[in-house]
Order: sequence, then C-alpha cells, then structure tokens
Amino acid sequence: MKITSADALEGIRRSAIEALAVREEGDRIPAAEACGLDKGTPHLQVLCCGGTGCKASESARIVENFHSSLLSHGIADKVDVIVPGCFGFCEKGPIVKIIPDSTFYTSVRPDDVEEIVTSHIIGGNKVERLLYRDPSTGLHISDSKHMDFYRKQQRIALRNCGFIDPENILEYIARDGYRAVSESLRRDSADVLADIKASGLRGRGGAGFPTGVKWEIARKFDAPDKYVVCNADEGDPGAFMDRSIMEGDPNSVIEAMIICGYCINAHHGLIYIRAEYPLAVHRLQVAISQAREYGLLGEDILGSGFGFDIQIRYGAGAFVCGEETALIHSMEGKRGEPTLKPPFPAEAGYMGRPTNVNNVETLANVPVILTKGPQWFSSIGTEKSKGTKVFALAGKINNVGLIEVPMGTTLREIIYDIGGGVKNGKKFKAVQTGGPSGGCLTEKHLDIPIDYESLTAAGSMMGSGGMIVMDEDDCMVSVAKFFLEFTVGESCGKCVPCRIGNKRMLEILQRITDGRGKDSDIDTLENLAKVIKDTALCGLGQTSPNPVLSTLANFREEYEEHVRDHVCRSHKCKALLTYTINPDKCKGCSLCAKNCPAEAIAGETRKPFVINPEKCIRCGMCLSRCKFGAITVI
Amino acid sequence: MSEIKISCEALHEVEAICDSFNCDPGEMISILHACQNKLGYLPVEVQRVIARKLGVPPSKVYGVVTFYSFFSMTPKGRNPVSVCLGTACYVRGSDKVLEEFKRVLGIEVGETTPDGKFSLDCLRCVGACGLAPVATIGEKVYGRLNPSDIKKIVSEFED
Repeated sequence: MKITSADALEGIRRSAIEALAVREEGDRIPAAEACGLDKGTPHLQVLCCGGTGCKASESARIVENFHSSLLSHGIADKVDVIVPGCFGFCEKGPIVKIIPDSTFYTSVRPDDVEEIVTSHIIGGNKVERLLYRDPSTGLHISDSKHMDFYRKQQRIALRNCGFIDPENILEYIARDGYRAVSESLRRDSADVLADIKASGLRGRGGAGFPTGVKWEIARKFDAPDKYVVCNADEGDPGAFMDRSIMEGDPNSVIEAMIICGYCINAHHGLIYIRAEYPLAVHRLQVAISQAREYGLLGEDILGSGFGFDIQIRYGAGAFVCGEETALIHSMEGKRGEPTLKPPFPAEAGYMGRPTNVNNVETLANVPVILTKGPQWFSSIGTEKSKGTKVFALAGKINNVGLIEVPMGTTLREIIYDIGGGVKNGKKFKAVQTGGPSGGCLTEKHLDIPIDYESLTAAGSMMGSGGMIVMDEDDCMVSVAKFFLEFTVGESCGKCVPCRIGNKRMLEILQRITDGRGKDSDIDTLENLAKVIKDTALCGLGQTSPNPVLSTLANFREEYEEHVRDHVCRSHKCKALLTYTINPDKCKGCSLCAKNCPAEAIAGETRKPFVINPEKCIRCGMCLSRCKFGAITVI
Repeated sequence: MSEIKISCEALHEVEAICDSFNCDPGEMISILHACQNKLGYLPVEVQRVIARKLGVPPSKVYGVVTFYSFFSMTPKGRNPVSVCLGTACYVRGSDKVLEEFKRVLGIEVGETTPDGKFSLDCLRCVGACGLAPVATIGEKVYGRLNPSDIKKIVSEFED
C-alpha cells in the first residue's frame, strides 16, 4: 500500500501507535507485579532478542519453543512473540522481555521457555532464577530500568534497538519513523541541512568530521547522478554497533539516507555492507522492500516530487574498505585500494560522480535530530562533541555489551558503573579504544570526559567505538604485536610506508616477544612509527602505528623488561617463561611428567621431579595438572 | 596450464551468474560472491570464465579475488572451522583456542584436512563478543570456548 502524502503517513502512524502502546507504557513505568493471563491481563508480548550474539546462544530455538508452547496451551492468540534487535546486554544473553510488566529475563535457555509460559505468562508469577541478579547487592532486579547497566545510558542511535520488530516498518513508523522525511520534504533542503549543521553532529565512523559540513560540500557539486553512500563496512574487530543498528533498526538508516539525498540533491543510495553480516543484510533487504512497498522509497516520495532509492553492495572482507575512497573502488567492483585526496568523494566519488559517504551510526542520529530539533541534540554532550556515542564494550569486563552514553561520560563510569568492572576481580590495566587505529589508555586516563578531542589528546582516538578492557594478565607488547599483525594482514600494499614499514615493526615486536630484542629496538620502533604516521597514503596506514606508540608511551617499562631482562610480567610471551618445580612442594606423583607432551619432566616417584628447560615447550600443561601447587612460572 | 577440475556444468552456471548481472564489470564482487556461494571456492578456471564474460583481463579478476579475504581459491572442508581473532576474543584467549584446533585437526590455518572434512581459518569478529572466545563451524557459533573443549566439539562431527 503506497503512502502518497504526509497526512496519510500520520494516519498510519496513529493506528500503528495503538499496537505499540502497551510496550511503550511498560517501558516507561515497569509494573511491580507480574502480569499473567490468569490475573486478568488480556494480552501479553514476549520480546526475544534476535541480535547476532543472542542468536549464537540459540535464541532462535527459544522463539520456536515459545511458539510451540503457546500453541500447546491454546493461548497463541493472546500472546505475541516479537523478535527485536540487540538489547545491548550481550553478556547475559539471550534476553527475553515480557510486556506489559517489562520483566527482563537473562541467560535464558530454550528449556526455560515452558516455565516462563506456565509460571509467568499464564500464572502471573515471575521466574525468579532467570532475573538479573545485582552483583553488589545480590538482589534480583526484574526490569532493565533499575539495572546499573542501563541507568547511565542515553539511547539515541539505539533508540529502537531491542524495542521494535525490525522487520515490521509499521512499528518504526509508530515510533515517529519517517516523520523527519515527511517534514523535511516540505521544507527547503537548505534549511534541513542547516539543522544538521547546527546540531553539531560529527561522523561516528572514526575521524569525527562534521556531518553537516560534509553534506554542504557534496551539495555544491552539480551532476546528473549523485550518490549517498552508507558505510556499513564495520571492519574494526570487537566493534559491532553498526551491525546492531542495521539488525535492530534498519529503517532509521534508510530514512537518514533519503534526507541526505534531499539535502545534497542525490537520488541514488548505496549501502556498502560486509558479507560477514548475513542477518544485517537480511534485515536491510526486508526494510528496503517494505519502504518501497509503502512508497517511502522510489519516485515521488509522499507526493513531494522527490525520488530516492537504495541498493545494497557487498564487501568481501577488507579492513581498508572502511576508508571512503577504498570503499568506493570496492563498490565499483575493483580492488579496494585508497587513492589520494583531493579529489574528495564529494567532487568525484562513485563512478566519478559526487558522492557523500556517512557511517551507519551517524545516519541513525539524523532522523531524531530533525524531529526533536538541533538544539535538543546539541544540548547533549561536550562543547565540541555533541550527542551520544555507542560503544561496544568487550574484553575482560563483567558486562560485555553495546552501550550508548552522552559524550563527556568518563571511561571510569563506562567501565565500572555500566560495565560492572573488570572480570574475576582482576586489576584494571588498560582500555583500548579506536580499534587497530587507536591506542591503549590507562588508569590515569579514566577520568577524562570522552569526546573526539580528549581521546586524541590522550594518544588514542574515538574510532568506530570499540572499547576493549584489559587486565593485569595482558602483556602490552603482545597487544601491540596483535594489532600490527592485523594491520600487516590488512594493508592493501599500495604505499611503501604501510606495506613495508609495518612489516618491519612487526618483525621487531616478534623479536622482542621472543626474547631476542636488541637494545636499539625500542628507539627504532618509535622512529619507524613516526615515519609511517607522517608518510602513509590513507587513514589505515597513518593510524597503524598508534597501538605501538600508545603502549610505548604508557608501558615503556614493559618493553624494556622484555628487551633487557627477558621478562614478560604478564606471563604471556611464551619464549620468556621458565617453568620450575618447587622441590619442597613436589610430592613426586609423576602426573606432570605423564602429561608433558615434550617429555621434558623426569624424576623418580615420591621424589621431587625436575623440568629440563632445553626440552620444555612452555605449554603450561604441568602447571594446570599439578595438584600440589608445586610448579611456578617466571 | 592448470588441469581442469571444474565440471562443464559448473562453468555454465558461472556464465549464467555473469549474465544475471548483465556481465557488468562493476558487479564483479557480487558475481564472485554468487559464484563462491555456488561452488564453494573460486579456482583459476572459474576466474577465466568470469574474465571472458565481463570482457576484462583474467589478471583483473585474480587481483580482486586475492585482495579480499572472503574469497578463497582452495576448496573448504565440509565443516569449515573459523576461529575469531577479533580483539575481544584475543584478550580472552582465542590464540590458545586456535592452537588447539590446529593440534586436534593436524592442519595449519588456510588448510583442509586430507579427508576434506574440516578446514581451518581465522576471522575478525562475528560480533558475538559477549561469548568470547568464539569459533564458528559452518553456520553454528561456539562461544565461551576453552582449549579443552575443542577435542569434544570436533569429535561430534565424526561420521
């Protein structure tokens, strides 16, 4: 059914709001008492997370079990099962939420479904054991509103994730979806653009270029074909915010692209997405076809005379394609190698035409900015960084997940208040932000209010928003080596500093972690890093030495220990470890010798055993097998 | 020249895929995705057919195939194993998981077992960082892995 006018859209919204009203109400004021059919609740909804993380923990089977259980109890018509996108609390997935009482069940197994149905949905009694338990008080918390994980968050880009059914455009429309398009198309495009500029929105993909300025530049170049490109090639390992937005709220990206097209006078949209994201691809395809069906994509949108349509282009696994010129070459079916700017894509991009490239999270902010106003948006955040930022919190942290906080929140608030602190009570050592292009920040940086400038000043960067927490067991030299291995593997090979320089740096790091480091190595590393930073062709090369530079700046003594003393204080670098048996503790049980794969342990039973360091391959098997704590590692 | 390993029928399918994209060189990556979906990998013979249909030199196709990590020129095992080496998995010990897969399967990264049952690869982030460290076998994701789990997981695939 095509919607041909703004009024018709409003009519559809009014009827769609009713269907969502129960969910909105439950989200606002969670009921203290559980609802149930036997207690007189006429209708319930089950929200079962359909994000990639929860799907990996069999959330699809949970959905199936709900359907079959509801059928077998004859109540399928009284309970809706909805599969929204990511709730963000991946650590405790799969998540199941019951509406209208907003009960938030965590770590649900497919076998738990029957109990939820009989006890809660029918009987009106919450299943206590599946509720989130607050780690500090030990008490059960039945709704997400009262969980520390959500309390400090402000969800703008993620506003619909974990709330609406992403495969039903009506639920998006009910949440003010496509209102920004409908209003914008009735305004002068220059005014709409001025709003985006005034909001202070900056690119969320890494560099933080002001979005409005970018649009303004693209608007100036005139050509018969112009393109709006959505960069959904989220290649930063450990970051999954763009994927979650596309899985949970694909229409917000489509709506923003239409608005961008209107502002810069482009009629073609392209979404460049990783082929490794099958679910996000599927949700986008569904959303695009529904938007076409409702006339929100295609010719003459809402009777405005403006036409816009979107096609999907697939990436094939190349980190460098996150760089916009490389991305454009890849969309043209070529090797994704970057080219020198200028010309910028705004002048000559896809097929040589003016092209505007924005990242997914950036776009997801656009419709809300226009419906709530640029002043509302610019009142959130810091002086130069407005709005919120989504971070993928992962690594050695209690609450792994996807979070969104106002710019200016401190790392401490994120790691300790939202993230619940470091896993297994270990000591915090560093947090890596910005992925392979970013750096490691330490204890002394924890109270910096996060924004683009402060992170760069601290020697890291915002990047796409990956945030990996490391504890005392992580060796910073190995971490730097890990990132360089990544960059060396992903370097496209076009420019010498990146192709050869990074390889040389990796060789030095390999030498250091193997205990063969030379005194001059640390200085050579620093020197090489600076040269690569200054001379590489594209963003990937220019930022690739950052992990080395930031670990050198903050953990130089660890490098020195590796080189000078051949010691790895975190016991990560195998070649630097020595396993010994304490003769006072060894009972001579021979278990270590039996399990040693290298036959490096010898001795007589009931007498202390000895490890031959020449034969030892430092696998740690003896350490894990010894029942008397007799084996030590230095 | 290399021996022909691909059946005529398969090569016809490749031609049909090129036709379905109007033999447009701009659609090269989509065509390669479709062909790899169909055949499991992209050997030189297939690349030659694509080059001929698209009217570009075979070196262009080869250049694109080898540029992107998603494309493979060797057949994968019936159960392709991929160990995530994203940062979140790395700090939670995926390097040890990978070592154990190598040991249990007796192959290196990028190789296939002689019986064609398993192949081993690395990937960068499936986005299930809450379950780190993670590996995938076929479509199934295995989370919160410990090196000691690997032997049992692999043995479940014995036929």
